[in-house]
Amino acid sequence: MKDSTIYQRPESLQDVPTHYCPGCGHGTAHRLIAEVIDELGIRERTVGIAPVGCAVLAYDYFNFDVTEAAHGRPPAVATGMKRVRPELIIFTYQGDGDLAAIGIAETIHAANRGEKITVIFVNNGIYGMTGGQMAPTTLIDQKTATSPLGRSFQNEGPPLKVCEMLAPLDGTAYIARGALNKPANILKAREYIKQAFLNQIEGRRFSLVELLSACPTYWHLTPGDSMKKITEEVIPNFPLGVIKDER
Amino acid sequence: MSKMHALTGNEAAAYAMKQIDPDVVPAYPITPQTELMQTFAQYVADGAVQTEMILVESEHSAMSAGVGASAAGARVMIATSANGLALMWEIVYITASSRLPIVMAVVNRALSGPINIHCDHSDSMGCRDAGWIQIYSENCQEVYDNMVQALRISEHKDVLLPVMSTHDGFIISHTVERVDALKDEEVKKFVGEYKSLYPLLDVSKPVTYGPLDLQDYYFEHKKQQAEAMKIAKRVILEVGEEYGKLSGRSYGLFDEYQTEDAEYIIIALGSTAGTAKAAVDDMRAMGKKVGVIKLRVFRPFPAPELVQALSNAKAVAVLDRSEGFSGIGGPLFQEVRSALYRKADMPVSGYVYGLGGRDITPEMIAGVFGDLKEGRIHEDEAFHLGVRE
Repeated sequence: MKDSTIYQRPESLQDVPTHYCPGCGHGTAHRLIAEVIDELGIRERTVGIAPVGCAVLAYDYFNFDVTEAAHGRPPAVATGMKRVRPELIIFTYQGDGDLAAIGIAETIHAANRGEKITVIFVNNGIYGMTGGQMAPTTLIDQKTATSPLGRSFQNEGPPLKVCEMLAPLDGTAYIARGALNKPANILKAREYIKQAFLNQIEGRRFSLVELLSACPTYWHLTPGDSMKKITEEVIPNFPLGVIKDER
Repeated sequence: MSKMHALTGNEAAAYAMKQIDPDVVPAYPITPQTELMQTFAQYVADGAVQTEMILVESEHSAMSAGVGASAAGARVMIATSANGLALMWEIVYITASSRLPIVMAVVNRALSGPINIHCDHSDSMGCRDAGWIQIYSENCQEVYDNMVQALRISEHKDVLLPVMSTHDGFIISHTVERVDALKDEEVKKFVGEYKSLYPLLDVSKPVTYGPLDLQDYYFEHKKQQAEAMKIAKRVILEVGEEYGKLSGRSYGLFDEYQTEDAEYIIIALGSTAGTAKAAVDDMRAMGKKVGVIKLRVFRPFPAPELVQALSNAKAVAVLDRSEGFSGIGGPLFQEVRSALYRKADMPVSGYVYGLGGRDITPEMIAGVFGDLKEGRIHEDEAFHLGVRE
């Protein structure tokens, strides 16, 4: 009999419900990563590094080994792991608080050293887990728990563009930004993620994929309106596409 | 006239900060401190304070920004928990040795790892040797009162040491209680205008903060910190008494509850002291002579005062909400036992309890009193109370 399955749970994802809020991008991001790992056949040699943030429990959802790191330190932990076990595929999964705030130094230096790791950077412009405070990636005028009048350029500076900051570094091989707001963008993001893993398999240096993602709970919007916000407000600030590809 | 409020511990700390209106507050969120800074951020946005609030990218930077602002002559307040405090660690020591009077609310949370967001004292106990005054609060009222007093103690010209005012994560930080707050102008008057003794950019008296300090003077500077810590004890008492006249609630180094004729006494920090008082009430109703000492000030450690307070007891139990990994017992147990060194006939029993937010109940406290009475004394190795074997 012909197998007519066109959609199923990737082997790299556990068959468990997640704790993520309705409309959150983490579920989609997890699935894309899991699909790519299945497709590349690397599940049994992949290790994820989980962040501090909403995805702190990612190890409960991925069906491969995951190590938890202190807040912001996944690229440093990944460095240690990859140097000892270069045959493994090591990726970090980090939010904007983890990667762009408390851990920005680790991010920059792992990139500059050209560590042969893959970084998945989920940017929802807010600190989700602690309850919606301003992040380095928060948009100008965006209201958060710690910027109740909106982020001001003068006081807090503009949103930090991690991709554009890392792309000029000679250590980086691949930098791309996708968005998890509609099917076309999600499919595109999947391509970026796949390339970022392929680069590691093929021995290229630091690869990072930023995923613009929604936090309906702390944006105080419905999931639908959150997707609209990504299209209308977030993407104009964080342009999509492959920013660097040294192949 | 004071005013009653219904506040969580975090809100009580933020409310005290609002009334104090510090010049600079650097902030980075961490559970369970987050709500404190969020509440304060709303005060800033509402124009209720004139504070410059700086949203930095990590606790290491938060404390560093605090050092910079304080050295420049500003009154600085800050807050954190657990891993946030750990990330600040380097600057925590530098703040104290630079003699910068910064007040920090530490919302006690178990320090990783494993990761845990609930209460124990491993965070603040870990930096007990950093040179900060440490004050522990039992409830939301004390959180408020201690934040107001902490500033006066810290900024006293004979002290000039930073103060950690701690309260138990979730147990106090997220519990609403009645808080009797002073009026704004009373707090303003009590804390006074802050005038740094050695601000930067005073061209007639140039200063350097945190210079290289090698074999020549480092030792002398450390001795000065130790001397200031001794003086702090007197200042804490003076401020506690003055605050009592103003509010009707005076504060000392520790609080004695039913200890006068007590045969058996438990020493504890923070919210557990409240639980222990409830257990003591129940046992007193049954005619048992038991009491509680709630230690308010852990640094400086009130050793001779505690020895005096324990002088009529038959045995004492010390409850530690952190594991010191000494193989002997927790930090509070070791301090108490050391204080009682010359009273060799006093049995001192150590307990480690409540790690990572594990509950402690009046029944468990009654069990500790039972141990004391029946001579089950854990004097060489603390008993882990409430752990599954």
